[in-house]
Order: sequence, then C-alpha cells, then structure tokens
Amino acid sequence: MLEQLLLTVLMTSVPLIFAATGELVAERSGVLNLGVEGMMLMGAVAAFATAFGTGNIWLAIIVGGLAGALTGGVFALFALGFATNQVATGLALTIFGTGLSGLVGAPLVGHAIDGLPQITIPVLSNLPFVGALLFSLDPMAYLAVALLAGVAWFLKRTRGGLVLRAVGDNHDSAHALGYSVLRVRLLAVLFGGMMAGLGGAYLPLMLTPHWAEGMTAGRGWIALALVVFASWLPWRVLVGALIFGGITIMQLAGQARGWTVPSQFLSMLPYLATIAVLVVISRNREFSLANFPSCLGRVFHAGK
Amino acid sequence: MITLSPRKTIPLQLTLLTPVVAIALTLVIGAIIFATLGYHPGEALYQFFVAPISRPDQVADLFVKACPLIIIASGLVFAYRANVWNIGAEGQMILGAMFGGWVALTFPDLSGWVMMPAMIAMGMLGGFLWAMIPAILKTRFNTNEILVSLMLTYVAALLIDWTVRGPWRDPMSFGFPLSPMYADAALITRVYLPGFGHLGGLHWGVIGALVIAVAAWFVLARTLTGFQVKVMGDAPRAGRFAGFNPSLVTIMVLGISGAAAGLAGMVEVSANMGQLQPEISFGYGFTAIIVAFLARLNPLAVIGAGLIVALAELGGDSAQIALGMPKVVTGVFKGILLFMLLAGETFNRFHVRLKMPVTAVREVSDA
Repeated sequence: MLEQLLLTVLMTSVPLIFAATGELVAERSGVLNLGVEGMMLMGAVAAFATAFGTGNIWLAIIVGGLAGALTGGVFALFALGFATNQVATGLALTIFGTGLSGLVGAPLVGHAIDGLPQITIPVLSNLPFVGALLFSLDPMAYLAVALLAGVAWFLKRTRGGLVLRAVGDNHDSAHALGYSVLRVRLLAVLFGGMMAGLGGAYLPLMLTPHWAEGMTAGRGWIALALVVFASWLPWRVLVGALIFGGITIMQLAGQARGWTVPSQFLSMLPYLATIAVLVVISRNREFSLANFPSCLGRVFHAGK
Repeated sequence: MITLSPRKTIPLQLTLLTPVVAIALTLVIGAIIFATLGYHPGEALYQFFVAPISRPDQVADLFVKACPLIIIASGLVFAYRANVWNIGAEGQMILGAMFGGWVALTFPDLSGWVMMPAMIAMGMLGGFLWAMIPAILKTRFNTNEILVSLMLTYVAALLIDWTVRGPWRDPMSFGFPLSPMYADAALITRVYLPGFGHLGGLHWGVIGALVIAVAAWFVLARTLTGFQVKVMGDAPRAGRFAGFNPSLVTIMVLGISGAAAGLAGMVEVSANMGQLQPEISFGYGFTAIIVAFLARLNPLAVIGAGLIVALAELGGDSAQIALGMPKVVTGVFKGILLFMLLAGETFNRFHVRLKMPVTAVREVSDA
C-alpha cells in the first residue's frame, strides 16, 4: 500500500523533473520562458497522437520531445530573434500552445492507449521495498533522472556549461569575449522546449492513458516555481519535484479516503504549497539569489 | 540571422500601423493553420470574424463580451506600465464576483440605491485583497508576483467551486452547483433606449466599462500617480532619485488592477448570470492581458482592442457551432496576435534586417 503510494508520488513528479530541468537550463542562459505550460501541452498532444496513430510509444516519446522543442523554437524566434519582452512572449506561447494543442487534439478526446511497461532491473528490483520503488519504474522516469544528472554535470563540469552560465550572468561580457549569446540561448531554449515536451508526453503516455484539453493543469507553472525553489541548482529540482509530487498525491489520497475537509481545499494544496515555498525561498536573498542568472529576462541584441 | 539596430525616432505612422499589420498577419497565419488542419480557411475566417457581427443586436452583444475585457485591461495597463506582472486577473475577477455575490445573497432585501454601490465596492474590494497577496509577498519577501498571482488563480477557481457546491448552494437548485438567484435590485439591467427598446444584451455595465477606460487614461496621462507608475516602469533608478517609493507603486498597481478585475467579475455575474456558478469567467482575466498589449498599454485604446479581441471570442463560439471546432481555437488566434504585436513593437524600436549567417560569422571574427 505504502509502496504503491510512494510509486505514484514518483510518477507524479516525473513531468515536473523534465519540465523544470529544461526551464532551469534556459534560465541559466538568461532566458525566462513562461511558456512551459504551452510547450508541455504541445508535447503531450503530439505524443498521444503518435502513440494512438502508430502504437509505437518510443516514437511517441521522441515526437513529444520534438514538438516541445519546436514550440520552444517559436518562443526563440520572437524573444531572441525579435528581442521581444520575454514575460509577454512566454504568456503568448502558453496561450498559443493551449489553444493549438486543444485544436489538434480534439479528434483524439475519448480514445485510450496502452502505456509503456515498467523496466524491472534484475536483482536490484528484488530488494525489499526500495526494489519495487526505485528499480522497477517506467523508462521515462529513468530518462528524467538521467537527463537531470546530465544537466547537472554539463553545467558544473564542462566548458559548454561554463559558457552557458557566462551568457546568463553577463551577456555583454560573454559577447565581448566572442561567444554568440543568441546561439547559446537558442540552444538552451530548444533544450528547455524538448524537456517540457517530454514532461508533457509523460502525462498521456504514462500517467493517464488519454488526452484531455489542458491536461497539464498548471504543471508548467509549478515547474517554473520549482526552478526558483531549486535556486537554479539542478539537483534541488529533484527534491522540489518529489515534494510537490508528494503533496499532490497526499491530497488525492485524502480525497479518496473521505477526509472531512472539502475536496476543493485539498486540491488547493499544491498551489498554496508553491506559494509558501516561494516565500520561504525568496525571503533568504543570499540563498535564493546565489546562483541567480543576473541577465534573466533581459533582452540582448548585438547591434547596440 | 536577424539583426536589430535601434531607431533614433519612431515614425508616427509606424506606431499606428503596427496593430493593423499585426492583426492582418494573425489572420493570414490563422488561415494557414486552419487549412493545414483540413478546415476551409475562408469559411473559418468568415465564421470567426464576420458571422458574429452580422446583425445590429449582435454588435451590441460584442460590446457585452468586451465589457469585462475592457474593465480588466484598463487596470492591467497600470501594472504592466510599472513593469509589475500581474497575470492573476482571472483569480481576482473570481474573488470580486464572490464578494459582490456575498452582498447580493446575504442582504437580498436592500434597495437598489444601496445594493448596487455596495456590490460595486465589495467587488472591487475582493479583487483588491486577492491582488494584495502577491503585492505584499513581492514587497516584503521579494517573491515573484507572476507565479504567486497565477497560483492564486487556481486557488480562486477552487474557492468559488466550493462555495456554490457548499455553503452558498441554492437548496432549490436540485443539486446543481448554483447559488440562489440574485434579487432584482442586485441585477445590472439592460440599457433601454426610448423609442427603440433593448439593444441585444447591452447593459449598464458596458457604459461603466467605457467610463472606467477613460478614467484610467486620465489617471495615467494626467496625474502624478500615473506619472509615478510610468517612471517606475521606464526608469526605476530615476524614480528612486525622484523620491518615488517602488514598493508603494508595486502595491498600488497591483491594487488597481486587482480592483478593476474584481469589479469586472461582479459586473459579469450581476449582468449576465444573475447567480454564482462554478465558472464565471471563461478566461477573461488572461484574455485581457492580450487586450492590454493590443492597446499598447494605453487605456483609451483598450476600448477598441477589447472589441477586437471580443470578436475573436464570439468567433470561437460561432466556429464551434458552424464548423465543430473546439472552443480553444480562439486561443490560437489570441496567442498569434500577441506574438505579432510583440514583434511589431520591435519593428517600431529597431531597424530589423535579415542577414545570412555567413556575414554574421565574419562580423564576429572581424571584431
């Protein structure tokens, strides 16, 4: 019972890990993309359509990631190419993505697909308790953690990661050193889009095997909050995602067991928790801003 | 590769042309998307932008649809001018509807002269208080107002859902999640033109919306308050040297935009629904963001922008009925329109040139 509950916590946090890790990379390069919700929905609908049409879940995962990256590309075209206001452009992307995914997905409503089987790692999965929990998850869950680890390594240990952080911390200096600010940011935004697309794809492929309009239900925004929670450090994303997964499942379990609190108040918990966490984190400026990319959200154009 | 070089002056005709070109491009891109998805683009655009206003009473209904958008956007203009990103107008609108509804449901016997002012005041208070949460968290703890105001929208939607299914549910509603009907004094009436009668659903709230937009323009353009807002947005450092208090401006613009959204919520319910229900807004709080940008953050232009965006909203209904499109298709138009408007802003401020990547690389190596 407890194992099952914890397993659902892990599964609930997977889309958040994907989306928040991607957004973290974009933000470390200095780009604030508020379109995560839209990119996730595009990934979700593209993945579901592919899985429904071809029956190939692996292909669906790839298409979901590509759809997210493509949607991120739209953001890049405007926010980087035309140097538009990033906040407003991100909002536009969320509105656009929500609408387009609903339009594309309309014929798919009401259909179901088969999800991926779990991968059971031999020997380890036989361990009591942890075995079932950590070593017999679905492949995308492993992928999420692997990509998170990759990002943590890339940002901290590689030259590319250093360049990316430099662009995010001071784009004028990075430009003066000869780095192409816009190219670095374009790649970061595309990566963020791909990750959001994968996170979105997880919803209809693994969590609930159907497509519904706006099925992300604010997860894109919670992913954005997670990046702040993580104070722009990758591994803290994992902690935050698990906490939010836990809160979500706790309130669902509470509803199922008929807690005396009205269900609406339980459903508020993830959102209220997000606010509470944001307050706690941002109160301590030294902690919250230690890794803050100074150029976050600021427009860069070379011709000034 | 797109290169941008700043313009020294912005030609007036460019300023006026930008929204027109943005709308035209939105239509073209929308048509392409429709064609790709297998709809007849001409038919789809007709259903969207012509069919909804082919009769005079429909034009009046266009104003009704634009009413909440104009009220909310008039308030949002203040926040965005000050560089404060209130994107939770949707939630503030819901709280306004609930506070207004509280007056109507708790004191059903009030006379019209007391009822309506009380509902207006409470509606504004509801939105104001809901906006004070991000305002205080932002100024006290430096918490991001974008995320807080947005999270509170989800909370507000759950809150009204609870009230109309729980404490405020009409015992006579046969289990439907609806509050009791408001008393007559709590309803905003339709405008009656002597010798002509009613004009569609045109109600007094629409007149109020127009007054609010003009008042917002006056405050922003002609008062010290408006000046502070603009300075804090354009040149915060200069504002601080001038002795303006940034925290106070943040609280003020969130308060103004929250109160406006709250008022819109109260008006929407009182004029069009007559009772509280789980969904009172249908995304007006988000759509108003686009209205504010289409108006280029000018409250007077908000009126025209509100009507244009309302047309797309009505068009969504009409396309849903005539072509079986899902309602969300409106979002596609709204998103593209916002993209085009933002890019238009760039064309205003910069000379935009397209260059081949080869040239760009050479430039870097030359430097």
